[in-house]
Amino acid sequence: MLRATLKSLLSRKLRLVLSGLAVVLGVMAVSGALIVSSTLTKSFDELFRIITADVDVQVTGQANVKSNEGGEPVTAPVPADVVSKVAAVPGVAKAYGEVAADGARVVGPNGKVIVNQGPPMLGTAWRGEDSLAELRAGRGPTAPNEVAINASLAKRGNFQVGQQIEVLTLQPKKTFTLVGIFGYSGDRDTVGGETMVAFTEPVAQELILGTPGAYSNIVVKAQDGVDQATLRDRVRAAIGDGYQVQTGDEVVKQQAADTSSFVTVVQRVLLGFAGVALFVGIFLILNTFSILVAQRTGELALLRSLGASRRQVIGSVLLEAVIIGVIASTLGFFAGMGVAALLKSVMQSFSGATLPGAWLVIPPSAVIAAYLVGVLVTVVAAVLPALRASRVAPVEAMREAETNTRPSARLSVVGGVLTLGGVAAVAAALFGDLGGATLWTLLVGVMGAFIGVAMLTPVVAGPVVNVIGRALSFTTSGKLGRLNSARNPRRTAITAAALMIGIALVTGVSVLASSLTKSIEQAVRTDLNAELMIGTTGGGPALPPVFDPAVIDKAAATPGVERAVGLRFDAVQIGAEATFAVGADVPGLADVLRMQPTAGELRTLRSGEVVVDDEFATAHNLSVGGTLTMATQRGGQRDYTVVGIYQKNQLANGPVISLEESADAFRTGQLNQGFVRLAPGADVGAVRAELDRLVADNPEVSVMDQSALLQQAKSSVNTVVVMLYVLLGLALVIAILGIVNTMALSVLERTRELGLVRAVGMRRGQVVQMVTVESVVIAVFGALLGVLVGGVLGSAVVRALRDEGVPELALPWTSMATFMALAVVIGLFAAILPAIRAARTNVLAAIAYE
Amino acid sequence: MEPRRMGTAATPTLRPAAPIRMAAARAVGVSKVYGSGDAAVTALDGVSIDIERGRYTAIMGPSGSGKSTLMHCLAGLDEVTSGEVYISDVKLTGLSDRRLTTLRREKVGFVFQQFNLLPTLTAVENITLPLAIAGRKPDIDWLAEVVDTVGLGDRLTHRPSELSGGQQQRVACARALVSRPDVIFADEPTGNLDSHASADVLGFLKRSVREFGQTIVMVTHDPNAASYADRVVFLNDGKIVDELLDPTSEGVLERMKHLDADVRGHGAA
Repeated sequence: MLRATLKSLLSRKLRLVLSGLAVVLGVMAVSGALIVSSTLTKSFDELFRIITADVDVQVTGQANVKSNEGGEPVTAPVPADVVSKVAAVPGVAKAYGEVAADGARVVGPNGKVIVNQGPPMLGTAWRGEDSLAELRAGRGPTAPNEVAINASLAKRGNFQVGQQIEVLTLQPKKTFTLVGIFGYSGDRDTVGGETMVAFTEPVAQELILGTPGAYSNIVVKAQDGVDQATLRDRVRAAIGDGYQVQTGDEVVKQQAADTSSFVTVVQRVLLGFAGVALFVGIFLILNTFSILVAQRTGELALLRSLGASRRQVIGSVLLEAVIIGVIASTLGFFAGMGVAALLKSVMQSFSGATLPGAWLVIPPSAVIAAYLVGVLVTVVAAVLPALRASRVAPVEAMREAETNTRPSARLSVVGGVLTLGGVAAVAAALFGDLGGATLWTLLVGVMGAFIGVAMLTPVVAGPVVNVIGRALSFTTSGKLGRLNSARNPRRTAITAAALMIGIALVTGVSVLASSLTKSIEQAVRTDLNAELMIGTTGGGPALPPVFDPAVIDKAAATPGVERAVGLRFDAVQIGAEATFAVGADVPGLADVLRMQPTAGELRTLRSGEVVVDDEFATAHNLSVGGTLTMATQRGGQRDYTVVGIYQKNQLANGPVISLEESADAFRTGQLNQGFVRLAPGADVGAVRAELDRLVADNPEVSVMDQSALLQQAKSSVNTVVVMLYVLLGLALVIAILGIVNTMALSVLERTRELGLVRAVGMRRGQVVQMVTVESVVIAVFGALLGVLVGGVLGSAVVRALRDEGVPELALPWTSMATFMALAVVIGLFAAILPAIRAARTNVLAAIAYE
Repeated sequence: MEPRRMGTAATPTLRPAAPIRMAAARAVGVSKVYGSGDAAVTALDGVSIDIERGRYTAIMGPSGSGKSTLMHCLAGLDEVTSGEVYISDVKLTGLSDRRLTTLRREKVGFVFQQFNLLPTLTAVENITLPLAIAGRKPDIDWLAEVVDTVGLGDRLTHRPSELSGGQQQRVACARALVSRPDVIFADEPTGNLDSHASADVLGFLKRSVREFGQTIVMVTHDPNAASYADRVVFLNDGKIVDELLDPTSEGVLERMKHLDADVRGHGAA
């Protein structure tokens, strides 16, 4: 039996390659995800060990807001006198204060800020060379107007010692003289991809921490023989509570934990990728095995009549699946190593860092998962065909077997139940309150719905395919192609189902994106009562850009301007929850953002007063006169009295405190955003030109009118959408493979028919046309289902997000039409090889029977 | 070593192409060799034959005699190694696939032993398939006459799976006829049929020759089938070895016995 299985495997190499490819891609993503995450984790770990090599104990202030939103959380500055206290602790060899925080942005030669994707843009106080930092050129800064930068930044900006360099910090752009360029031990230009600007200590304290005379942390070096934990406890005892005291090892661990969230994101994306690939792959494999079993009916019946048991037949099909699974998993695993290596080098070239540690770290889990997933998926997909194979009666060896092509009623019933169950689960996840189970319920529901619809497709395949086909079959060969595609509804359906999944996901994303865009448009149209906005041009660093508050005053004085409102926003901590708060003059803000009071009043606030939106008030059980306890980055925790509640709208939500108070409490005293309303009859273009001049020296900030604002919002939505499209493109590739596979098998099955039509006068071109129409019909059918399912699914998600900032539902007709057109292209593409093969059919060999 | 009967039998087949009535199909010194070197097998060895217009010609011979190969070469389905093949006045040798396909479409009809119809099309769609492929409209009167002759009137909208073997083969015959080809090639058309259905199909082919003046070439190994023909050509070892005009099944059987004996004697020697 084993030998028979192997022989039949080898005789069908091409089909196996095609069906195995889906598994290869899926396993590639799974093992790639696991390898890249353990490789990066290990690299980062080593990186932090290098950075903290000199640190035995570290003292930092507590963070008021524990959120990474809007940049690394600001820790409270450590006053200078703590340094001397720590230095006096027994066992301390050396203790010094460091200034280092994210947010030093340098203007490059093109007038734009040099932006890092991911790694911080550190501003520090120069402490001279040490075991890590080494000067490459010039010297350290000694005067307030001098800076040194790291080599990575120097290379990116092509900066030379002696030139002037513009730096944005907590304060607007300032010009410094570049006096030195430094690198790091081991000939590194950067340690982890960060850029660094080193100021003199007082300047760094002022511009980077915003607190003169303070440090971001204290580094403690232990005397020989004093272990880290002992020293940590002594330091902690000496300076009291209010500080975070950690050993060097603990710092490494914490930093590693911080980066792990980034690694987790990469891992999740890859695993999602793998999930889609394998899910679609199952359909492809199922189809291949079904066709193979159908084709081998005679062979199987012969085996049965020669005495092979049912179990042996099942075993032979499953064994085939296992062998394919193992081979595909092996290939996928190596491809996964390639993906991991590629991702790592892409990351390195993006950040400019050379990550330390092994080139690739391959955890045992990656190997196990690769084979487990690959083999399991293949075998699961082969179970149904194997069962069907076992039902082949020995007598079928003797007669010409007619393949059962009618959709089975039982299949349809199960499909219907699955679809309904899936839809119910999706609905429960979207509209119900399932807490932590929501995501899983949603996933299971979507998968159930997909499988259910796939099982129902044979029922609709016949009629629908006929209708689609009629549109395409204006010639005889086209008509024959259409008839062929309706010939085996089950096969057509399952092939189309694979494409359906990919198209449905893409359509769903597209529905979400267009609804989001329309919602934003709607928000701007109904809620924004200002013609111009001053703010970020987008795509900037984690820290929002800032501009001088004077800009708003000057804007207000510009002819044609009726009102100019400036605001700053920052992450705040309310209990365990981190959220965003705004600092602004409330009446002005209420005017430009059309905030409607529902209780209390929206007046100019005093220190310690806050207004909140109605949903926030309900969620936190607040009413006018109530107390909100909130911690700000620099202001720390304090109680705020609620003086007004406003109706939440698309633009205005969350707590708002006074502009003056936020200047000291938020991360920066600068402004982040400004809204400008024009006097009636004022020319938008002219005023905009005036305002442009006010922010001309600020490379991060620009003046936008409403259409530019919308354009920016749309383009950021589009960026995400394009990324998702690329990911889901894989599902489409697999679906194309499925169609190629089905078409190749169909052509093979119908060799005699092809011979016949060629004999009675069909030209090669017409044969190509016949096969192509069949392929296009299948593809269009799949895409049609996909657009329908995706449209429904996307609409459901949008409806569920009605109160989460997506009140509008917009169906992306253009995109949907594009997907249908894409299906035609996919069909054409998939038909190429099978059609060539069909056209090459040797008439004589096809009809000769002896 | 030449078979004994060759000398006498060869005379009529080798007579020059009749100047008055041009042949519907013609092979001149056709040889067909499969493979090369030591593995070379000669299927046809210098065969010349004229297929007369409006006549029913049967090609007979033991299996491996080259009778199917001869038909394939005459029909333009297979390329000859040397020699020339004509259908009407068109020389097939050296034609491109495209020209050959068009020629088959316009001048040739086929009836095969099995797998003769497209399962997705109805009987009438199968009958008109060659016309549809060529993008031509069927001649309604002619179609009705053909359909009437094969006796399928009430089964035209059935699919092949709903027809008996004999009915399927009659559909195939109608398909071959409907485009009024210069010549119809039938390859063992009754090979898969019972005697009753065979008689139906053969009778129909004969009538199409008598009534419509159709030219038919039929390859068969069944003496009874051959007896319907006007002329039987016997092939052995890739050569034409004998011929019989206005045959009876007894006469054909007799000749075949001799042929077999020749083969056996030949093999024993």
